[in-house]
This record gives sequence, structure tokens and C-alpha cells, in this order.
Amino acid sequence: MSPNPEAVLSVRDLSVSFRTDARTVHAVDHVSYDLAAGEVLAVVGESGCGKSVTSMAVMGLLPPTAHITGSIRLGTRELAGGDDKAYGKIRGKDIAMIFQEPMTSLNPVLTIGRQIGEVLRRHQGLSKKEARARAVELLDLVGIPAPAQRVDEYPHQLSGGMRQRVMIAIAVACDPAVLIADEPTTALDVTVQAGILEVLQSLRERLGTAIVLITHDLGVVADIADRVLVMYAGRPVEQAPVDELFAAPRHPYTRGLLSAVLRPGASAAADGGGKRRLPEIPGLVPSLDSQPDACTFAPRCARADERCTTARPGFKSDTDDAGDGAPHLAACWHPNTLQEAAQ
Amino acid sequence: MTTALSLTAVRSRAAGSAKLRALRKNRLAMTGGVIAGVFVLAALLAPLVAPYDPAQPDFGNVLAAPDWSHWLGTDDLGRDQLSRVVFGARASMQVGVLAVILAFVVGVPLGLLAGYYGKVADSVVSRVTDTMLAFPFLVLAVGLAAVLGPSLTNATIAIGISQIPAVIRITRAETLRLKHVDYVAAAVANGGGDGTVLFRHILPNATSALVVQATVGIPAAIIGEALLSFLGLGVQPPEPSLGVMLSSAQAFLAPAPWMAVFPGLAVVAATLAFNLLGDGLRDVLDPRGATR
Repeated sequence: MSPNPEAVLSVRDLSVSFRTDARTVHAVDHVSYDLAAGEVLAVVGESGCGKSVTSMAVMGLLPPTAHITGSIRLGTRELAGGDDKAYGKIRGKDIAMIFQEPMTSLNPVLTIGRQIGEVLRRHQGLSKKEARARAVELLDLVGIPAPAQRVDEYPHQLSGGMRQRVMIAIAVACDPAVLIADEPTTALDVTVQAGILEVLQSLRERLGTAIVLITHDLGVVADIADRVLVMYAGRPVEQAPVDELFAAPRHPYTRGLLSAVLRPGASAAADGGGKRRLPEIPGLVPSLDSQPDACTFAPRCARADERCTTARPGFKSDTDDAGDGAPHLAACWHPNTLQEAAQ
Repeated sequence: MTTALSLTAVRSRAAGSAKLRALRKNRLAMTGGVIAGVFVLAALLAPLVAPYDPAQPDFGNVLAAPDWSHWLGTDDLGRDQLSRVVFGARASMQVGVLAVILAFVVGVPLGLLAGYYGKVADSVVSRVTDTMLAFPFLVLAVGLAAVLGPSLTNATIAIGISQIPAVIRITRAETLRLKHVDYVAAAVANGGGDGTVLFRHILPNATSALVVQATVGIPAAIIGEALLSFLGLGVQPPEPSLGVMLSSAQAFLAPAPWMAVFPGLAVVAATLAFNLLGDGLRDVLDPRGATR
């Protein structure tokens, strides 16, 4: 695949490995995706599947021990291989990130106004006064009440949800083209989660920010994402528009993930109201020491046959693709057919 | 609007004063604070507080026991002991504060450098620090003062240098800890360069540890000054200093014990006071103590 010229962020064959004395860990193995302006791409998968490492690689925040190959294009700029100096100019300006832990991601000794202003003064050269005025606007934008007063408060005076809103305000201060949200709602109450997702949704609509949303919460995905990339053991296994993925998952792993979601009433009703154990995926995630020329999910897959253990499946759309422009890709030798999947 | 504003103000004041209240409840720390305060005031206002000229001999009234005209007695030259203790406190505080400032001005940047950049910078700074720490503080100070030559300035420099390794150690440790906290990672993710990260995010958050180090450093420097002056490497007679007073008191321990007792008590009281205050501050400021 060649980079898509229309995409604001285009990742091609991104691989990340960590070398230690004892072994090499392949955390990310040939991940590719495109992100259009105003689009929300959800990256899902269980812990350790490489979803965070992928976005840290895009942000250039991995430690020097990480070995990165592939291409990361932000607009027309190639980011892969850039040094800290090159990254320093774009981080917070063209591409920004919000983190999982709002409680610890703000500096406790600076007012939130100064922390928002810091980014504005650095990237847009605003004066102290201008930065403060803009900080108030931004707090308003992310839905913080009484922003003119809040701007002078310290992080410990704000709740977790409010702090996450401040983090978002900092991230979007310079109107970045791409916002990477690494599990932005995981540490928050469900009611607060909804508020944060609403803020992200409105940013996408009002500023046209493209968002990469990393999560393992499929409810969040259904809520806000346009497209979904499912990762397993460092490899992409399925990518599809959100409705298609939920309606007709092609990869057995995606099916397993979806069937492991609690749906009030649904499963019990299907079983005539009796108690039923939530389906699980048997086995364990493989270690990432090797890059086997095989499907990494094969040991846990009911459909696996000899081909699955001897050849790596390509990440491609199948012949019975809906053909509506947004491809439905799956890395599987035996993907569910549309009829099967729709059941 | 006004209500919201004043509410905000009240809330932030309450948050800031919580630590002060916790410190007030700590009686030992408060006692230390009061004594240290008296010591500092005496040092600042020495010419106003002292009843006599500390260097003016009165040969008609030598080795006088404490009475109403000379509260702490007089020494072998008839000089007023109280005045000399007050001016001695001034010398002690001067050395204490200046030496600690010197140690911080040199130690903090080196600690930040070693902790943040690691690798070669850390190896070089840490090995030099280890080497200096291999010598006991006072031995190092005496050695340096002997090399520099006897004077109050040189004593200050010698004590300041001797305190640098401790400051480096603490700054480096705090930097190593803070380097990995989420808000530093977030600052980097927002395009913050090394300068921003070091001076806006790491250093301000290391302040509490450094404040505690300063309150421990000052009494150590006071003892250092007394020792150097006692050995003749610091303040030179007839200038008053607690160490000089103790030194000249040696010959008169039996006939005039007050010559040794009062300057000795002053050193002990000052040292103890600053240490108690430092302990109290550590309890209050240590985020891991978490008394919110």
C-alpha cells in the first residue's frame, strides 16, 4: 500500500521492536492505517497487543531502545526517524496526545491556565495575557463551567473528569490535525466518560480534528468511532467501518471479542432465560519474542488448520467485500463469510 | 460572579494553608521554628540587640560571673559575653545561609543534569559526588579551609563546597523520580523541550525536598563554622564567633565556665532548632506522607 495523499495521518508497515540483552520483543508488527480529517479511528485490542506502542511511535515518544521501521506521514511530512528536535516542533501543534491518567498528567504546582498557556506560548508565540485569554476560551470549549475562574485553579482543585477536560484543552490548544487519545476514559466513572466522549465528538465536528482513539472498551468504540482497527499480538487483524465490524466481524478474534461483551438481557434471552457463562477465547496471548510465519491467533482459533500455522495471512479484503469504498480488511485464512458473520 | 470568585479564593487559600496548619500542630517543629526565628532575628539585629560593643575590652572587669549588668558574664578580656554570642550568631547565620546558597547554586544544576540526561553526565557527576561523600562532611570542610587559608569567606566557601554532594544527590534522585511522572511525559508530548521540562516541571516539584535539605544544611554549616573558627580556620579573633569563643574558653574552664557554656548552648540550640524545623517540614511537605 502506498501512502494515501488525502489522509492527514498515514501509517505504513509500522513495526516496533525492543531489543534487550536476552531477547527481542516485537511489540508492533506491520501496522498500517490512514486517517482522514475529522475521522475517528478506534484502535482496539487487549492489553499488550501493541495499540499504545503504535501511538507512542507515531508521537515519537518511545525510548531510544525501540527500533522503529516503516513510514509515518503526517500530512506531507515523514515523521519516522525524526529526532527529538524535529518532533518538538510538531508535538502539541500538529499532533497531540491525551493520556489515560488525568489525575497524574497535570503538573500539581502550576495553575491549569499556565499549563494550557505554556503550549500556546511555545507554539504560537502568544504573550502571557493572550495565552491566558485563549486558555479561558479553551476551557469553555471543553465544557468546563466558569472558565474565567477555573483558569487560576490548581489541578488538585479539580475532579478527574475536569482534569481530563483540561488535558484535552491542552492537547487541542494549537488546533492539531490529529489527536491521539490513549484510553482517555478508562480511569473515569461511566457518567464522566460520556461527557468526555461528547467533548471529543464536538471537537471533531467543530475543529475537524482527526482522532485516533485507543481503547479496549467496545462500548466507547460503538459510541464515537467511524472505523475500527483490531489488533492482536502486535499485528492488525481486522479493520472495518464501525457498523460493519459490529454487524459482521470477519476475523475469529474479533468475533471472540464481541461475544465477550456483556449485553443485558440478550444472552440470557437467547438461552431461554437460563444462566450462561460469558463466552471466552481459550488460551493465552502468545509471547512476542518471535515473528512466526503463521497466524498468531491460530493456537486459540477453532477454525485453524495447517495453513494457519505455516503461512502468515495477508491483511486484505475478501472477494465478498461490500465494495462501498471503505474496505473491510481481515488477516485470516478462513474469515467468516458475510452470511456467517451476520448471524 | 463575585461569590464564585471569593469562593475560589477561599478554596485555594484553604488548600495552601492546610500544610501550614499541619506544621503548626507539630509542637517540636514549632519550638524549633521559634528558636530558629530568635536566632535569625538576633543575627539580623545584632548591633541593636547587643548591650555592649563585642570587641571592647574592659580590663577592670575580666572573667566576671553572670550578673545584671553582664547577663552571660565577661570573658578573659572583660568583653560582654551576651554581645559576643549575639554577634557570633550573626557570623554563624551568615556562613549558614551563604554556604547553603553556594551549595544549591552549584549542586542543583549538576543534580538536574545528572538525573535528567543520565549516561556520561550522570557517571561523571555521580562518581565525583561519591568521592566527595567518602570524606566526612567536617573533615572535608576542614581540609578545604586549610587549603584556602583562614578567613570567614574561605570558611563559607569550604563549607559550601562540602555540602554540594548532598545537594546533588537529592536533586538527582528527585529528577530521576520526576522524569517518569505522567505530567512530564505529557509536557514532552505537547512539544516541551528540555528547558521547559527541567525548569517548569521537574524543578518546581522538587522544591519540597530541596527546602528540607536547606533546613538541614544550615545547622550543619553552623556547626562547621564553629568548628573551623575553633580551629582558627574561620573567623579570626578579635572578631566574635561562637567557635572563637569556645576556643578561648578552653583555658578558663575552671575559673569561668560560663565562657564555654553559653556559646556552646547557642550552637546546640541553633542546630537543634533548625533540625527540628527541618524534620517538621519534611513531615508536612513529603507527598508520600500524604496528610491532606
